[in-house]
Amino acid sequence: MRVRFWGTRGSLPVALTWRDVRDRLARALLLAGGRRFESFEQAQAFAAELPFALTHTFGGHTSCVEFEPQAAAPSEYFACDMGSGARAFGEHVFARQAGRPATINLFMSHMHWDHIMGFPFFGPAYVPGMRLRIHGCHEALEHAFRRQQEAPSFPVPFAQLQADIRFVPLAEGEPQLVSGVKVTAQRQRHSGDSYGYRFESGGKTLIYTTDSEHKLEQAAETRAIVEFFRDADLVVFDAMYSLAEAVSVKADWGHSSNVVGVELCQMARARKLALFHHEPANNDAAIERILQETRRLEELTRDGQRLEVFAAYDGLEVDL
Amino acid sequence: MELNPRSYAGTLVLSPAGRLDHDSSEAFRASMQPLLERSARDGCCLVLDLSALEYVSSAGLRCFVLAAKQAAAQGGKVSVAAMRPLVAEIFRISRFHLLFEIHPSLRDALSAASAQAAAEFDRK
Repeated sequence: MRVRFWGTRGSLPVALTWRDVRDRLARALLLAGGRRFESFEQAQAFAAELPFALTHTFGGHTSCVEFEPQAAAPSEYFACDMGSGARAFGEHVFARQAGRPATINLFMSHMHWDHIMGFPFFGPAYVPGMRLRIHGCHEALEHAFRRQQEAPSFPVPFAQLQADIRFVPLAEGEPQLVSGVKVTAQRQRHSGDSYGYRFESGGKTLIYTTDSEHKLEQAAETRAIVEFFRDADLVVFDAMYSLAEAVSVKADWGHSSNVVGVELCQMARARKLALFHHEPANNDAAIERILQETRRLEELTRDGQRLEVFAAYDGLEVDL
Repeated sequence: MELNPRSYAGTLVLSPAGRLDHDSSEAFRASMQPLLERSARDGCCLVLDLSALEYVSSAGLRCFVLAAKQAAAQGGKVSVAAMRPLVAEIFRISRFHLLFEIHPSLRDALSAASAQAAAEFDRK
């Protein structure tokens, strides 16, 4: 199974400023130390060796995560949430399909704005012959998608979309096969509820759990979450806040921390943890620092199996 | 859970020991609750002496916050003292150093609470 992150930021899209770009360029020039490059390829090879902080950004767009099961048909797509990253995901579908129709299965954690804002810019929704199946547990799922395209918010009403779009209700806790992928939803603590997903296909398991405040106060609730995560190959986890924020000033705001992510994954014996739904106020340096601290915590608290920790960024691909 | 409660000139000291994790945090909270209520009634400060604490999870840290909230509501405050290196690192990673006053030793914490508390500690 391959996972592609098209949007990884929480709440609101963010971008580097011109000052950020200028400063990175200046630091890269310092590292070049007067070296001369004869071609773009030579310069590019040098850039590829530079530290992550100079050549990447965590981004970027709000939540949109695609996964490609090994046995999926070439015209079949799967993704979670339609944040602003959905635009790039749509372009990816067009490039791969080269004019051929496709079936795109979407799984919605919930319908807060940052998780649906990319849909009006999701190209395949406008193309006849494309099939969109929007899965979710909320009763108001279809209403939320239609409403955001109503005037005066957007110029193209939902009814004018040319793709074959259907909303597919899912029931919490009841595994269902969707184009060969076993899908299970679990209700999460978030304003208006959100749902985490467990996807199982070809012997691989992906957990997508964002916008979820895992308090771990009640033993039974903790056990249920751990069982949901059990033996996952990858857990995409809402690590928006520090633990201190999540239990004090931002308690009941509906998000979790890197610390709780490590604890749940260790209890569930998961293999990889992706820090996700980054706080928009955090710049790349802050996210990098959180990542290093999270890796250190995992090292300090490891009990046998190593948990690989990384911070998701727009454009990242991970093979499970 | 045994917390070895003792008082120095009105400052209550509790000393959790071993591992404070998802399995033990509920017992810790239950043991701490009546002591906190009594301490709050008396309007005194609380020092968590962590010298014997080997590990603390998010559930344990959450108990510390609940204690601090309860103390603050009644005009008191909670500080922590004598953390082992592992616990101190978990505190920093969790950003709990931004929530709590941290002291290198119990005596330092008592001294910050009141001169009388430190003096009584020295006498004992």
